Amino acid sequence: MSNGVFDDVQVIPPAEVDDVELYHAHSFITKYVFSQDAKIIAIQYSATAITIGLVGLVLSWLMRLQLGFPDTFSFISPDQYYQFVTMHGMIMVIYLLTALFLGGFGNYLIPLMVGARDMVFPYLNMLSYWIYLLAVLILTASFFVPGGASGAGWTLYPPQAILPGTPGVEWGIILMLVSLVLFIIGFTMGGLNYVVTVLQARTRGMTLMRLPLTVWGIFVATILALLAFPALFVGGVMMLLDRVIGTSFFMPEIIQAGELLGTDSGSPLLFQHLFWFFGHPEVYIVALPAFGIVSDVISTHARKNIFGYRMMVWAIVGIGGLSFIVWAHHMYVSGMNPYFGFFFATTTLIIAVPTALKVYNWVLTLWKGNIHMTIPMLFCVAFILTFLNGGLTGLFLGNVVVAVPLSDTMFVVAHFHMVMGVAPILVIFAAIYHWFPKMSGRMLHEGWGQFHFWVTFLGSYLIYFPMHYLGFVGVPRRYYEIGETSFVPPSAATLNEFITIMVLIVGFAQVVFIINILVSIFKGKESGPNPWNATTLEWQTETTPPSHGNFGDELPVVYRWAYAYSVPGVDADFVPQNMHPDDVKGSGSADDPSGHH
Amino acid sequence: MSIFHELAKKPWLINPAEVEGVPPPAAFFVPVGKVGLRVFLVVVTVVFTLMLIAYGDRMLFSTWRPMPEPWLLWLNTALLITSSLAMQWAKSSAKQGNSDGMRDGLLWGGVLTIAFLAGQLYVWQQLVDLGYYATSGTANAFFYLLTAIHGLHMMGGLVAWGRSVFKMWRGGAVADLRLSVELCTTYWHYLLLVWLVLFAMLLFS
Ligand code: HEM
Ligand SMILES: [Cu+2]
Repeated sequence: MSNGVFDDVQVIPPAEVDDVELYHAHSFITKYVFSQDAKIIAIQYSATAITIGLVGLVLSWLMRLQLGFPDTFSFISPDQYYQFVTMHGMIMVIYLLTALFLGGFGNYLIPLMVGARDMVFPYLNMLSYWIYLLAVLILTASFFVPGGASGAGWTLYPPQAILPGTPGVEWGIILMLVSLVLFIIGFTMGGLNYVVTVLQARTRGMTLMRLPLTVWGIFVATILALLAFPALFVGGVMMLLDRVIGTSFFMPEIIQAGELLGTDSGSPLLFQHLFWFFGHPEVYIVALPAFGIVSDVISTHARKNIFGYRMMVWAIVGIGGLSFIVWAHHMYVSGMNPYFGFFFATTTLIIAVPTALKVYNWVLTLWKGNIHMTIPMLFCVAFILTFLNGGLTGLFLGNVVVAVPLSDTMFVVAHFHMVMGVAPILVIFAAIYHWFPKMSGRMLHEGWGQFHFWVTFLGSYLIYFPMHYLGFVGVPRRYYEIGETSFVPPSAATLNEFITIMVLIVGFAQVVFIINILVSIFKGKESGPNPWNATTLEWQTETTPPSHGNFGDELPVVYRWAYAYSVPGVDADFVPQNMHPDDVKGSGSADDPSGHH
Repeated sequence: MSIFHELAKKPWLINPAEVEGVPPPAAFFVPVGKVGLRVFLVVVTVVFTLMLIAYGDRMLFSTWRPMPEPWLLWLNTALLITSSLAMQWAKSSAKQGNSDGMRDGLLWGGVLTIAFLAGQLYVWQQLVDLGYYATSGTANAFFYLLTAIHGLHMMGGLVAWGRSVFKMWRGGAVADLRLSVELCTTYWHYLLLVWLVLFAMLLFS
């Protein structure tokens, strides 16, 4: 019947785990504002991230208006265009995606899914949010200081980032760096919580290999972030010193207008290494939680166990490890030794192996599943397609010979928007439609959801597919306008207009989505505790939304993995993780391995 | 219970030992504070490692102009070593339930650390007086940066230390203080180690 592992029996520790002493809030302020409850912190994180994300979205509209209709909008100057590009990129990658996946979903889902009452360091967790908010406010403030926001590009390469001529060199760049440093400090506080909670606060029976993949994704992404953000931190602090007190960490000797600037033999390349040592893992900091969430959502909505659970876990861990040795594929044009280029191209291609494996496993999970085309499922399928697409162009760009001519063209913009812009955002939507009922007790409106999905999905393709082509013909990235350029055919201008119109339509769909959320919070259909008939612990709470402390008087006990769907011989088509084997009805057993492998 | 054994499990097969609702065999029976501190120290290690790699990278350049090492740094190093020893004393006293030893160790540890920080500031003052500004050479800039970041971490440690002292002063029992004293000690030893590596690098350049 089993695989014969009985030796654990001798080392069973006492069956009682100490229940933690819960922090109890007494006033409205400590309950909802300076709250130490991970669920409230999660909602605070999410609301802040989505708000600043909307700013990033509006910036993208402004950029697209300029690109689609050059010479039309007098209020967009070249300097402003750079500022929009920079702030848009930084906001989307760090302040929206990282914060939403880890601070938002991490805080909400980790304690619930591992069966804990809260994060292990609630006070630190609260601090983490407030520092994040401060970082966001400082970043926003940079629009309003003299000189405006930084226009250095989201990569902030020195020396140009801190030399006159770049917009925002007066204050913008200072505020940007301070904001990043604060973000990292705040994130570290949160990150310690996520990691230690997964390691130490799992409930009885919740072994590591019974964790839902969502938790695995967030857990490994957090470890990546804890190890990668220090590089940005170090780079940020050093650049701040270069800018504010005039050190020369990254500043070579520079002659400007015939005069020596007084900078001293620093290394701009050093910053690039630091930046991308952070920057590449950052892609996976965003992608791994998305991978985890997709796995759980498709398994639930296809009523089938995830294909190759253990392989999925190993792939997450493997991708996480490999993501630290590919960073210089962002620096092929920096004049590096060709052997380095070869090394980094090789590692980049190797990382495609575990990634492709995950895609196969998702497809095999869907294979012969009882697929319910719910909104979360639609978004997940769209994610798989989009990620595959962006991954394939990534394989092109991973090769030096292809990357060099395509470097700094719209092809790169199309590639990274597919793989780390659109794909993770689709998962965020899937996750919001999936977990909103747990967070609010109500369903999001289905019809509006359909509208939101189709417009977003098809629209994104109509935006980014043509952009690959623009890159092929050589339209450069980060250009205010290209005017009459000999190698760019006039049809490119028409294409640009088309893209911009699609952007506005997709943007409109997001407004509909936000309205759907706001209306459904109050008027949505009641969802009940477990509308999707899911197995994981967050759906088994006594109250919906879960109260402070998550579970009732007793913590749940876990008897099986998270994927007991459509188990042969069991009456119900799902068996919750915490259902006692004696309570499972049917001729077979939920835990009988003969049924499903 | 090793993590590899854990990762090799097949969760889709039943394991009778786990069905009966026992705690996860892999949960390390270690206080969360200890695990939290370890994870944090890993993060700090990455910060210092990256700075040291950058430092080493710059050192190899022909334009590198090293700076002098004031003898005071040796004294500061000695102060930091003794403060670490004092913390160790506090920790082992706490383990034995000896509250006097714990108090003395903790207080000495803190006082010596404050002396170390004052000494570091004095070194800065000396170097500035000699004309070694942060802006007048990359070696100088790295020296100030590394000592500053290390000093800031020490100050963070002093905040945790202050909380333990405060608890002790309010008459906290040794048993209640044992964990925080232990965590402080780990942190002190760690920062001493970091300092020794930094100092060696500085001497080396
Ligand atoms: C509908 C949504 C979006 C639109 C229309 C859009 C549009 C754009 C445009 C027009 C640019 C500037 C191209 C250039 O001139 O070089 C850009 C840059 C960028 N976008 Fe987006 N974007 C969107 C969403 C996102 C998301 C979700 C992310 C998150 C990863 C993202 C990350 C970036 C980055 C990193 C840059 C590069 C900034 C730089 O060059 O410094 N974008 N985007
Ligand atoms: Cu990369």
